[in-house]
Amino acid sequence: MKKIVAVLLSAVMLLCAGAALAEDYAIATDTAFRPFEYTDETGTLVGIDVEILAAIAEDQGFTYTIEPLGWDASIAACQAGQKDGMIAGASITDARKESGWIFSDGYYNATQSMAVAQGSAVAGFEDLKDKSVAVKIGTMSKDYADSLAGEYGFTVVTFESSPDVYQAVIGGQCAACFDDTPIMADYIKSNGVPLQLVDGTANEGADYGFAVFSPDKQELVDKFNAGLANIKASGAYDEILAKYLG
Amino acid sequence: MTRIITTYGPLLAVAMGQTLLLALYGLFFACIIGMIVGIMSVLESRVCRAIAAVFVNLIRGVPMIVLAYFIFFGVPYLWNSILGIGGLTLTALQAGSICLALNCGAYMAEIIRAGIESVDVGQMEAARSLGLPWWRSMVRVVLPQAIRTMIPSIINQFIITLKDTSILSVIGFPELVNTAKNVVAATFMSFQTWAIVGAMYLIVILLLQRAAKVLERRLKYDA
Repeated sequence: MKKIVAVLLSAVMLLCAGAALAEDYAIATDTAFRPFEYTDETGTLVGIDVEILAAIAEDQGFTYTIEPLGWDASIAACQAGQKDGMIAGASITDARKESGWIFSDGYYNATQSMAVAQGSAVAGFEDLKDKSVAVKIGTMSKDYADSLAGEYGFTVVTFESSPDVYQAVIGGQCAACFDDTPIMADYIKSNGVPLQLVDGTANEGADYGFAVFSPDKQELVDKFNAGLANIKASGAYDEILAKYLG
Repeated sequence: MTRIITTYGPLLAVAMGQTLLLALYGLFFACIIGMIVGIMSVLESRVCRAIAAVFVNLIRGVPMIVLAYFIFFGVPYLWNSILGIGGLTLTALQAGSICLALNCGAYMAEIIRAGIESVDVGQMEAARSLGLPWWRSMVRVVLPQAIRTMIPSIINQFIITLKDTSILSVIGFPELVNTAKNVVAATFMSFQTWAIVGAMYLIVILLLQRAAKVLERRLKYDA
């Protein structure tokens, strides 16, 4: 892991030093959205998104800096033009496209499901009556929870990050949470978070895409798409997924 | 801008109500804590003064966001899992009120202590020499004079606390900032939403200041 990062970093540095003309993109990402982006024990930002972007940048020969701003701040920074694009496990939806998101091709299909604390009596949506459910602000999971809230009579409570969402369930402040299935599966597997996924609660899911917020940045999306096709063909893409999702 | 107001206006108004509710709970308990701790810090008993000093320094030394996370996520975990007692759940409103009450209470205690100390020692001595016990001298002679000097600082602290409720958006309480974040996430209109939210806080705080001025004048005339 460290070696790959070191090699990539030195590759990036060489490119910076060697190619004064190469464009330097500023990319924003979320702070903790494991296994797509998170900070490892050495303080390095790692994850599927981070490595896919690195592999694509190498393939396409552009340089970039990536900064974990958090979800809301990433969107705001891209809209304000402080960042060029964001890769933060963003689901490609029509609603987002209408409000100005410009997405790349999908790079991962993710569903959303419900999880409860281990040993919880909640076995399905019908057990959530008059209880509260934790979700992250502005996510597909929030939309999914909102769409069920009326029918099953629960309240949706919003937090800023996935760890906060899980904490609220583990601590008993909320009866269940909704989040992206691979994220929760990873937290349960890698961190031993005392949650369990509830079978049969997943929705249809959507593709994750790299996003920009201005038509001027179309070139970056094109590069991303071309690079994505190349790393899928070369097998680098599968290697990255295998590494994180096992 | 109009789209945000027409579509999300009612939602934001409800959120403002939640902000005020949270601030009210917080301030109510903060006044009680502040009064108790403030008086403890001017008592002759060393133990009381030490307890008051530890409380004030502890709370003042911790940022409120840390306190909020600690009370909402940490305390139930400590109680249920580490101590193994179990059964404690805190709603965001409860945790938020406790957090505001502790934080604001510590500052109020300092305001009250300073207010009491600003009254000339001679006042207490005179009351005592007339045969009034310590407590009655405090309540009848010193506090009425002290409160007048405290009022502007207390109002200031109320306003700070009202704005501090925004920090509690992180524990999922649906107050104004938390709701606004959801509106921004749904509409991607940050500038418009935050401009409206800023204006809402400003209006409420200006009204509070106006009310405070009236109160201050009334108390002055009474003297």
